[in-house]
Amino acid sequence: MNDLSLALEFSGLNKQFISGDSGQKIPVIESIDYQLKWGTFLSIIGPSGCGKTTLLRIVAGLDQATKGQILINGQKIKNCDQRVGLIFQEYALFPWRTAIKNIEFGLETQKIAGNKRKKAAMEYIHAFGLQGFEKKYPKELSGGMKQRVAIARTLITNPDIVLMDEPFASLDSQTRNSLQEFLFSIWHQRKDTIIFVTHNVDEAVFLSDQVLVLSPRPAKIMKIYEVDIPRPRDRTSPEINTIRKEILENLSKN
Amino acid sequence: MKLTQFLLPIVLIICWQTASLLQIVPTYKFPSPLQIIYGFKDLIVIGMPPGHHLQYHILYSLYRVFWGYITAIILAIPLGILLGWSNRLRLLLQPILELIRPIPPLAWIPIAILWFGIGIKSAAFIIFLGAFFPILLNTISGVLSIEHILIEAARTLHASTKDIFFKILIPGSIPSILTGMRIGVGIGWMTLVAAEFTGVKQGYGLGYMIMTARDIHRPDEILAGMFLIGLIGFLIDIGLRLVERKLVQWK
Repeated sequence: MNDLSLALEFSGLNKQFISGDSGQKIPVIESIDYQLKWGTFLSIIGPSGCGKTTLLRIVAGLDQATKGQILINGQKIKNCDQRVGLIFQEYALFPWRTAIKNIEFGLETQKIAGNKRKKAAMEYIHAFGLQGFEKKYPKELSGGMKQRVAIARTLITNPDIVLMDEPFASLDSQTRNSLQEFLFSIWHQRKDTIIFVTHNVDEAVFLSDQVLVLSPRPAKIMKIYEVDIPRPRDRTSPEINTIRKEILENLSKN
Repeated sequence: MKLTQFLLPIVLIICWQTASLLQIVPTYKFPSPLQIIYGFKDLIVIGMPPGHHLQYHILYSLYRVFWGYITAIILAIPLGILLGWSNRLRLLLQPILELIRPIPPLAWIPIAILWFGIGIKSAAFIIFLGAFFPILLNTISGVLSIEHILIEAARTLHASTKDIFFKILIPGSIPSILTGMRIGVGIGWMTLVAAEFTGVKQGYGLGYMIMTARDIHRPDEILAGMFLIGLIGFLIDIGLRLVERKLVQWK
């Protein structure tokens, strides 16, 4: 039976890489079972190289699991699953397209008419504070703006699940904070289901409903933290600090 | 270009003219700048051979280059994109291409004449060979230079394979394709003049023109023709540079 409240289900997920030279099997992800409810903001945190990105890539259908399965809305994922949107740390904007043309991309591929596309993209340009920059090429935008364009480009296609792979990792801390606030406000309006991979505990606690801590490779779920702190949150509040401390201690045990 | 850049050529031309006037340089072998200008005038007014005016030589040469070059573009760009996209196809065709590529286009002239006879077809074929490989190789490397993450991003944004070709691979490799097109037209143009040495049907063409000028010993017209060939090649390159600037603003 499908549980309709579930956006995503991992069951017995395993991933092995085969080493190129020796043919040796290297386990990257080991038996992950997890269920994600619609509208949840989930952060995944873990030591670098633990397989967080691989996990996201499997959900996006860019890599295949060795064992186990993933259901989105009760149905198995496909290759390059279009119910999933992926936001990259490196933005991955198309350099030959202007900001607005980047945002329109996912509508073009769905054969949505030009004027409708433009109108929808313009709404995102406004909502994302990109007015005046819509005709600029990515090379002319700051890192923070690039990431806003990338997020808009993904959200405009209304994916069931939004995956974010350390999206703010290459930004300076001020831009990073303002983008976190921005992402929160967008999520607060839209109630997207988000999986947010990061290695920044502050960011995870500030943004998420749940924080999932992974072990070093091969990745297993070490602990799931529920962050029941009302929003808008204050980064420096004692509740935030308590849970931050707990997660940091847990991470440093490894 | 800055004004000072013209200074050296002007000084050289004045020295050259002076040397000719003082008969330090034998003008029957090496005409003076003024004689070249008169030669140029003769090419326009009288023609070489007489009645075959310069503008028609230019038009015929451009016409041959146009067909060879267009054919090269039409075949090399799609093939290059396919070969850049598919590793298997690239590995399959690479040995054949690598074997044909080092053959100088001019070495094809005899077989081209045998296949196509003397005329536009064999000239265009030679140009085609000269332009094809630079365009092909640059297109392939253009596709290979596209970051894989962009293809993945497109895939997660509902792109079909057709979308990947038309919205990612082609625009992403345009800078490299244009470089290939510039190199290609340069080689094509150089190849053309040599191809025309071996004969042309209608008695027109810049290469044919300067060979005829040699036959009746008009070094002024030879040099005027040479300058013109260089100038046209230069102008074509400027034209393509303008296209390049327009199309790759994003880079």
